[in-house]
Amino acid sequence: MDLYAENILDHYRHPRHKSPLPKEALPPEGGDKEGGDRIFITHSESNPACGDELQIRFDIKDDHIHNIHWDGTGCAISQAAMSMLAEEFENISIDYAVALTPKHIFDLLGVPISPRRLKCSLLGLHALKNALHTYHKEPLQTWTETISEDQ
Amino acid sequence: MALDISAIRGQFPILDSGLIYLDNAATAQKPQIVINAIKEFYETKNANVHRGMHGLAEQATVAYENARIAVQKFINSAHTEEIIFTKGCTESINIVANGFIHPDDHIILSILEHHSNIVPWMTKKAELHWIDIDDAGNLNIKDFEKILTKEKIKLVAITGQSNVLGTRPPLKDIIQKAHAAGARVFVDAAQLIAHHQINVQELDCDFLSFSGHKLYGPTGVGVLYGKRELLEKMPPFIGGGMMIKEVTLTGFTPADIPQKFEGGTPPIAQAIGLNAAIDWLAQFNWKDVEEHEHNLINHAIQTMNQIDGLIILPSCHGEKKIAQDDTERSGCLSFIIEGIHPHDLTDILGEHGICLRAGHHCTMPLHKRLEIPASTRVSFGIYNTKEEIDILSDAIERARHIIQGNSKSYKLKAIS
Repeated sequence: MDLYAENILDHYRHPRHKSPLPKEALPPEGGDKEGGDRIFITHSESNPACGDELQIRFDIKDDHIHNIHWDGTGCAISQAAMSMLAEEFENISIDYAVALTPKHIFDLLGVPISPRRLKCSLLGLHALKNALHTYHKEPLQTWTETISEDQ
Repeated sequence: MALDISAIRGQFPILDSGLIYLDNAATAQKPQIVINAIKEFYETKNANVHRGMHGLAEQATVAYENARIAVQKFINSAHTEEIIFTKGCTESINIVANGFIHPDDHIILSILEHHSNIVPWMTKKAELHWIDIDDAGNLNIKDFEKILTKEKIKLVAITGQSNVLGTRPPLKDIIQKAHAAGARVFVDAAQLIAHHQINVQELDCDFLSFSGHKLYGPTGVGVLYGKRELLEKMPPFIGGGMMIKEVTLTGFTPADIPQKFEGGTPPIAQAIGLNAAIDWLAQFNWKDVEEHEHNLINHAIQTMNQIDGLIILPSCHGEKKIAQDDTERSGCLSFIIEGIHPHDLTDILGEHGICLRAGHHCTMPLHKRLEIPASTRVSFGIYNTKEEIDILSDAIERARHIIQGNSKSYKLKAIS
């Protein structure tokens, strides 16, 4: 099946939940109390070799992820996968998010992902996982860990 | 006499399938004669070199040392022992960084450099001074002259040909000026080597390096050339067998050059393969090779300039397209297309059997200077044709259509 399938290109051309936020408006990386029991999380990841960059932002309330937004630049696969992830996993529990695997992303993309595009397709997941690590005050996970999580 | 490209292509088995290979700056394809030379060595002469008294070891040693002589003649060095076999251009540069540079030495680099001609100097904690480029991608020689007068420069480490822009720094001029200021010059000839004749004595460079695999030879072998008096003063790089004269319980005496820098079993079959590649290339006149590749690059510039939104580097913000007949460029050109990431483009081109490289091509400082994260590179070899470039141009149009869709009014965010 074609990597550049219509659903992927649709997300690339019309990304969901994508909104730029000026740098000065952003709280520091990691968690930031926003009042009450709502915690605002932001985290950025990049693939320097490609120039792909993603910044993910969401609120955590009652152990659930709300208001996922993101911004970034990069190839169609990295941007579409992030868009799909943000759309699909809005309002999921933290436990569910922590247990997400690359297979979830591949299923969303719906096409086989070759090794050369692995990091493109998983950059959004990698950013989400590390955003949650910052929330849990844990060390960030490596690319090897993100890629091998379903094996 | 013009090259018979069809006959040349026929000697490269990998091209039989109709593959359009335009990633020669990463590595070149290998003619059958090179593949055969390696196979024949393993089938009939395989033994370690400089180690055995048996006849087979002698045959292997003779073949390996003949490869050294072939390289010496190829770049016209004064002495055979000035040719050191390494595992590649990167190791060659590391030998110079390790043996010639001390912390706080001042080195001049250009913004065109590949990471392999940047990082080794950084690991030695040298102080780096950078020469910038102008709008056409040529080195700002005034910058260079200014740095030479201001600082006591130990070494100028400069590429012979940019692996992104294809521009060629004026080596002779740079070397003369550096020498006049008491600096030595290292030339990274990784790209230059397959496209132009190199004469190290005429250039008067102090060091020069290249890899075999970009010269239609095998991977795993590279060359460091250095002036004998400089190499003799430098300490060895890798410790082990072959690089010693004597080992005692308390120390060792290094071997003479070139063995001093060839610790461990060297890339024997690969050096023999490189010899075959050099012999193969020697059947052509350099003028003919240059003319053929010059025509290719000009045809590419002309054809690709017609593609809407395609911008050939270094003119990366659309204000200026590079000249149609650019005699300074050689080997490759790189471009961006507004709204299409190079990885998407080259993935789709790859599906059509067209091989191009995308990314920063191991030149992050240059890409930062051009204010782009990545680009797509077309790089040429002796076997490429104008027809392949025409097919490439059509395929780029098709890829653009796939990524951007039909709506012409819809503009994607530019690479920024």
